[in-house]
Amino acid sequence: MNESAGGRLIIYFDNAATSFPKPPGVIDAVVHFMTSAGGNPGRSGHPLSVAAGEIVFAARKAVARLFGVANPMHVIFTANATTALNLAIQGITRQGDHVITTSMEHNSVIRPLVEMERQGRIILSIVPCSPEGIIDMRALEKTVMAETRVMVVNHASNVAGTVQPLVEIGAFCRKRGIILIADCAQSAGIIDISVEEECVDLLAFSGHKGLYGPTGTGGLVIAENFDASRLSPLIFGGTGSFSDKPVQPPFLPDRFESGTLNAAGISGLGAGISYLLDAYPGGLKGVRVHKERLVNCFHEKAARDLKGYIACVPAPQVKTGVVSFNLRMRSPSEVARILAGEYGIMSRAGLHCAPLAHRTMSTFPHGTVRFGFGIFNTEEEIGIAVSALKAIEERND
Amino acid sequence: MARHAVILFFSTNYAIWASDELKRAGIPFKMIPVPRHLSSDCGACLRVEKADTGRVEALLKAQSIDYDRCEDLPASQ
Ligand SMILES: Cc1ncc(COP(=O)(O)O)c(C=O)c1O
Repeated sequence: MNESAGGRLIIYFDNAATSFPKPPGVIDAVVHFMTSAGGNPGRSGHPLSVAAGEIVFAARKAVARLFGVANPMHVIFTANATTALNLAIQGITRQGDHVITTSMEHNSVIRPLVEMERQGRIILSIVPCSPEGIIDMRALEKTVMAETRVMVVNHASNVAGTVQPLVEIGAFCRKRGIILIADCAQSAGIIDISVEEECVDLLAFSGHKGLYGPTGTGGLVIAENFDASRLSPLIFGGTGSFSDKPVQPPFLPDRFESGTLNAAGISGLGAGISYLLDAYPGGLKGVRVHKERLVNCFHEKAARDLKGYIACVPAPQVKTGVVSFNLRMRSPSEVARILAGEYGIMSRAGLHCAPLAHRTMSTFPHGTVRFGFGIFNTEEEIGIAVSALKAIEERND
Repeated sequence: MARHAVILFFSTNYAIWASDELKRAGIPFKMIPVPRHLSSDCGACLRVEKADTGRVEALLKAQSIDYDRCEDLPASQ
């Protein structure tokens, strides 16, 4: 439980939107950057610029290590997963390409793809998924055409908490020469991901969710065996390198990092990843065990105590600490509003930027209440939340 | 005879990567602003002992750390 600015106790269950609180080391790293190392990384040769560059490099190495990439220059920092996904999607597709995606995608994937389809630049196919959000591999097989060049897949659903068989999808794409873009916004920091083993070409991540960095951080990891010259930058401009030339530098990461980086945020992101890998008990496996325990605890208590409890996905299939549910006779937005206003419990209601996913799960158009558990949540907090839900269910207003 | 040499990079990202690897390999170096008489857009470069340039360049190549060039540094610098 955390204390809010007003001194009231709050329970934060919206970690799937952005994690809160952040580990102390993350805050310390941001403060250290702002007070001691605050130069512009990569722009100058003076000590404060170099110190900033070293901090960004350490974070780059941490991201590379997390995703099993040896060359840290293959990590491109962006403002969030959305920017990374737009860079990957808009930067890799060519006129006339056939692109495949799934019915569990977030709007950060669907919207750029639909816009490109609308402009006549690509042909788009959306592969159906089961009500739990798992891709239908046979339908995928049937969707492939001669022009299929790119596939985009959401690794872990922000609505259902379920995880796609990325290894299988990766092998499928690799065999057919299809470029695979993985949206790991919800899986990074929870599921072990190796870009090489999973045959992912371009991996987008959020820095501010499961990696416990500050908001305004994220990135794109380019597989080492992927020819980065096939990817066009989305943003052009100053990089602190190649300045005598009017063209974008060809090398990584500069080619895709125009403009001053969010170095203060990135320093916190580096600390967040180090915390997960080196300090959190059991590392990522420990994170998974903790989240699975919380999900099971919530499902058990809710199923036992709430008469109108409707779980969207059976607990054993939820892998990332995200549970979507409804209370019969109460709209999700009403439940979330009362939880926040009267009980200090932060959740998220509605469609979670993923209307297609809710259609897949038959929860469109009202959506669900979503609890996104994080590493600092406890079973005690879940007990309090279920009691609050019971009280909400029993009121007769 | 020059005592030092400088390794120039296309981007500070690579200079910092190289410094990290040199540190780990225990090879002495100093990150310095690029000397005036050398042109490089990248603001920082690495000054190393002239006698070490062979193993420094071998290390950079082994790690696939791209660099621009290696130049002797006049004794006065
Ligand atoms: C599956 C998924 N993809 C992408 C995003 C976008 O992430 P960001 O907010 O970092 O742009 C989110 C977060 O809302 C998400 O859940």
